[in-house]
Amino acid sequence: MYPDPRVAAFINEHFVPDRAHVKEQATVFHRFGARWTPTVLVLDPDGREVRRIEGFLPADELLGQLDLALGYEAANHKKWANAEGYFEAAVDDFPATDAAPEGLYWAGVARYSASHDAAELRQVARAFKERYTDTGWAKRSTVWRAE
Amino acid sequence: MAIEWRRDIDQALAEAKRENRPVLVDFTAAPG
Repeated sequence: MYPDPRVAAFINEHFVPDRAHVKEQATVFHRFGARWTPTVLVLDPDGREVRRIEGFLPADELLGQLDLALGYEAANHKKWANAEGYFEAAVDDFPATDAAPEGLYWAGVARYSASHDAAELRQVARAFKERYTDTGWAKRSTVWRAE
Repeated sequence: MAIEWRRDIDQALAEAKRENRPVLVDFTAAPG
């Protein structure tokens, strides 16, 4: 996952990267409930889990997932504009990945959370009628469709 | 470009707290 220079640059820029080996640091594995390798865990600065990525992912998929992780971390602190930006990056920069529909959904949630305007959620539902129609995120958005 | 891996999770968390950045932990079975 890491030979891609885009991945290395992104991780160095946005995270404090730590590597734990399954045999050499078994206590760290148990502490965080890791059950497989590779597993990538994103923790907030207080050590709370933000995102868990189990198994190998190609570079674009991983980068999309890391955008989502940053979005969730911002959302956890109600930094809605930052969250929206990261969620939208998952959609715009990695549109063919699994992260994209999740980002589309949560970008709408971030906009709604900032504005309390239900039109934001209806707009997400409309977008899912055009894109990512067969995903679980599209199903979740159906409740927001206008009557 | 190489990732600047730390090897001590508690030190990484302390650094994250100081810098207000999240930690990315890579659990691996790969040598090195």
